[in-house]
Amino acid sequence: MLLYLKLFYEFAKTGLFAIGGGLATLPFLYEMSSATGWFTTHDISNMIAVSESTPGPIGINMSTYVGFQTTYTYFGIAGGILGGITATLSLVLPSIIVIELVSKILNKFKESRIVQEIFYGLRPASTALVAASGMGIAKAAFLIENTAAIAVNYKSLILGILIFVFYKLFKLHPIVYIAAAAVIGIIFKF
Amino acid sequence: MKELFKLFITFAKVGCFTFGGGYAMLPLLQKEVVEKNNWATTEELMDYFAIGQCTPGIIAVNTSTFIGYKRKGVIGGIAATLGMVFPSIVIITIIAGFIRSFADFEIVGHALNGIKAGVCALILDAVIKLIKKSIIDTYTFVLFVAVFFIALLTDITTVILIVASGFLGVVISYIKSHINSGKGAA
Repeated sequence: MLLYLKLFYEFAKTGLFAIGGGLATLPFLYEMSSATGWFTTHDISNMIAVSESTPGPIGINMSTYVGFQTTYTYFGIAGGILGGITATLSLVLPSIIVIELVSKILNKFKESRIVQEIFYGLRPASTALVAASGMGIAKAAFLIENTAAIAVNYKSLILGILIFVFYKLFKLHPIVYIAAAAVIGIIFKF
Repeated sequence: MKELFKLFITFAKVGCFTFGGGYAMLPLLQKEVVEKNNWATTEELMDYFAIGQCTPGIIAVNTSTFIGYKRKGVIGGIAATLGMVFPSIVIITIIAGFIRSFADFEIVGHALNGIKAGVCALILDAVIKLIKKSIIDTYTFVLFVAVFFIALLTDITTVILIVASGFLGVVISYIKSHINSGKGAA
């Protein structure tokens, strides 16, 4: 029971202080590792690998993984499942509270001139941040970085271009293209 | 009740097909939230992303809460967020419990490499849609270019970039209104 309370505390703290994308939770996990001894830094790299290779936001995946792993050792599968749920819900709780408050305030001042002006500046910045993060993903997808040199991964690049063109031509659901990309990746051993 | 369920299911669907960070879910949000259900406009989505990056918690969750709250208040925010995390909890629990070597499987690596290329294409499309709505004059264009390169080339945190951009939005609007009134006087 105490372990679950500790999980709640650690992950609520992470949810409250980790700002930004899922990887912002990483420093907190390292700190948790040294403070609690629940898992090692080696475990963290495993968790990152699993979180990145499964659907769902990385931050959420990692908290479920850590919550499961930590409690599974002591309480078995059922305890692990409960631990995963506890950690994940604790991580999102501060977000829910803060965002609902922000929404409430925002609704009140949405029409005010100064809020409109702030958004006028925020929107291009928000777009630029998405574009920059897209560049990061593109680098990982289309470049092969060896210690010696950097080469273009033509197979991936062609797939990327094809998917873009087909997405523009046939406006099917993005899920269709993600699934197709996965299947093509498997068939052609990307 | 019906709409709460729909919020949950829709965000579960988005969570199920988001690979990577919160940004990777943008194309899915555009499809589900903006185009299919009309729950928010592209502009609002941008605002949520911007605010979601400088408030506590991860972007994916913050954005879900925003949209859920907009539709159905406090309970709506909770329903959307629980929907978003539901697939993760199920999938990760199965993997952590039964198939620990999951990430080592060769087939997973191949599928992921394909997905990464696909996600890039979808994000490019999403960014073009955002650009059409957010870059409306020279000022916003310059701001976009500046933030893009700062984010790409430096380690300055996004919180600072967002706060500075909001501040600049106010400053630019002030300058613009003065230029206009100056013209008016002349």
